[in-house]
Amino acid sequence: MLAAVDWHVVWVRIAHPNHVFFLALTRTVYVAVIAQVMGVVLGVTAALMRMSKAWPLRFLSGLYVWIFRGTPLLVQIFFIYYGANQLLGFTLIPNTLNVGLFSLDGAVVGGILALGINEGAYMREIVRAGIDSIDKGQMEAAKSLGMRYGLAMRRIILPQAARVIVPPLGNEFNNMIKNTSLLFAIGVYEIFADAEIGYSNSFQPVEYFLGVAFWYLVLTTVWTFIQAAIERRLAASERGEELSFRERFEAVWNRGPNIRFGRLPR
Amino acid sequence: MTDIVMRAEDVHKRFGRLEVLKGVSLDVAKGETICIIGPSGSGKTTFIRCINHLEKVDSGRITVNGQLIGYRLRSDGSLVEDSEKSIARQRTQIGMVFQRFNLFPHKTALENIMEAPVHVLGQSKEHAAEEGVRLLTRVGLADKTGTYPGKLSGGQQQRVAIARSLAMRPALILFDEPTSALDPEVTGEVLSVMEELAHEGMTMIVVTHEMGFAREAADRVVMMDDGVIIEEGTPEHFFLAPEQERTKQFLSKIL
Repeated sequence: MLAAVDWHVVWVRIAHPNHVFFLALTRTVYVAVIAQVMGVVLGVTAALMRMSKAWPLRFLSGLYVWIFRGTPLLVQIFFIYYGANQLLGFTLIPNTLNVGLFSLDGAVVGGILALGINEGAYMREIVRAGIDSIDKGQMEAAKSLGMRYGLAMRRIILPQAARVIVPPLGNEFNNMIKNTSLLFAIGVYEIFADAEIGYSNSFQPVEYFLGVAFWYLVLTTVWTFIQAAIERRLAASERGEELSFRERFEAVWNRGPNIRFGRLPR
Repeated sequence: MTDIVMRAEDVHKRFGRLEVLKGVSLDVAKGETICIIGPSGSGKTTFIRCINHLEKVDSGRITVNGQLIGYRLRSDGSLVEDSEKSIARQRTQIGMVFQRFNLFPHKTALENIMEAPVHVLGQSKEHAAEEGVRLLTRVGLADKTGTYPGKLSGGQQQRVAIARSLAMRPALILFDEPTSALDPEVTGEVLSVMEELAHEGMTMIVVTHEMGFAREAADRVVMMDDGVIIEEGTPEHFFLAPEQERTKQFLSKIL
């Protein structure tokens, strides 16, 4: 059975990827990063709206989460890419978007929008849990020093909440990296599309999908280390000390790449 | 005439159906130190939290340096809640020290003290840092400038919190049971800082059960029970000849 697998092809996919693959890899990375940043911004905004005194803002925030957590991501991707322009009556998603030296395909723009908006709904809950975890006395102390709500949020509450938010945020980004593969369905050429096209030309599913799985594993593993470094910096600033490299390595190793709400041991 | 720093007139406050303050009136003159004592649930903490508008009063009025706190008078004579901006400005002159310190854990001792002078009053960082070091020295923590609150003992944290409120140069400092969360052996270091402040002429309202502090530093003691002030007088009065039966009972428990 194993003999039927052309291991040379697997090896080439892993160790000698071609230029086209690298373009796809770059696209996977920047789509995930931009969509995640968008998700964080939307998530913080929606979390603050949810805590607002004005009920229409609270209502909008609830509606947003209800819809985007309650429907499949793939449906949202298709709806936004194919439907947004028609629904809005103006061109939200152009055929191509020129950003300085780069030009983004419309499918990439639509895909980033869909992933980002979807992510914002999940991030809202994470940000809210982070803010809720901060002792009420912190806001009271800030206020009694004459700080206004916005300043107290920015200087006192959110920096502390960030330490609570980062571990689940890391897991969200891990999911985001993998979810970019769904954009293949609207014609974005990322690494899954590259593998799929390789497969349909060769009918070698094991070789091509094993190869692409390897690269997703590389991306999520690299991210795990970056995340650990970020968490270490946040934890160190609070405790006034740093973990050694060995402690960091063990923390990452013991946790594995994809455990929800995993945190560094303190 | 003495200068009145804080005046409360017939303050009422309820939480839902529970009436916590049932008409509290109190004048505090400049330089005075007032101790508020009373059993838990008597409304003393709620009362001082009303003074800097962490709690909204339902009726009555509180003024600090003649300024109405938290509300503004409309031309038809009714009161409306003030804007967030002007409430924040009023709070800059009312310091508050909390039972659980509430230092900012992500900032060092010095950064805790500098935070509001820099970001609220707009002082330069250099000036605020200089002032912060001076205040930390004053509370006996000159060597802790770069230390995070998590590495400080409770008594040290509370002294940083006192320095933090002093940095705003407030007209009045409110203390909400400042030693109740501390181990008995470190309450002394906090109380002696507070005594020093009292003797230097800071205006202070202190919710406390530390009668030793009251004897050393207080000009007046106020006994609250069930949402009203039932007795008020010098510390000696409370030690030697309390009038109300309720006060005698309470003092016999804590002395």
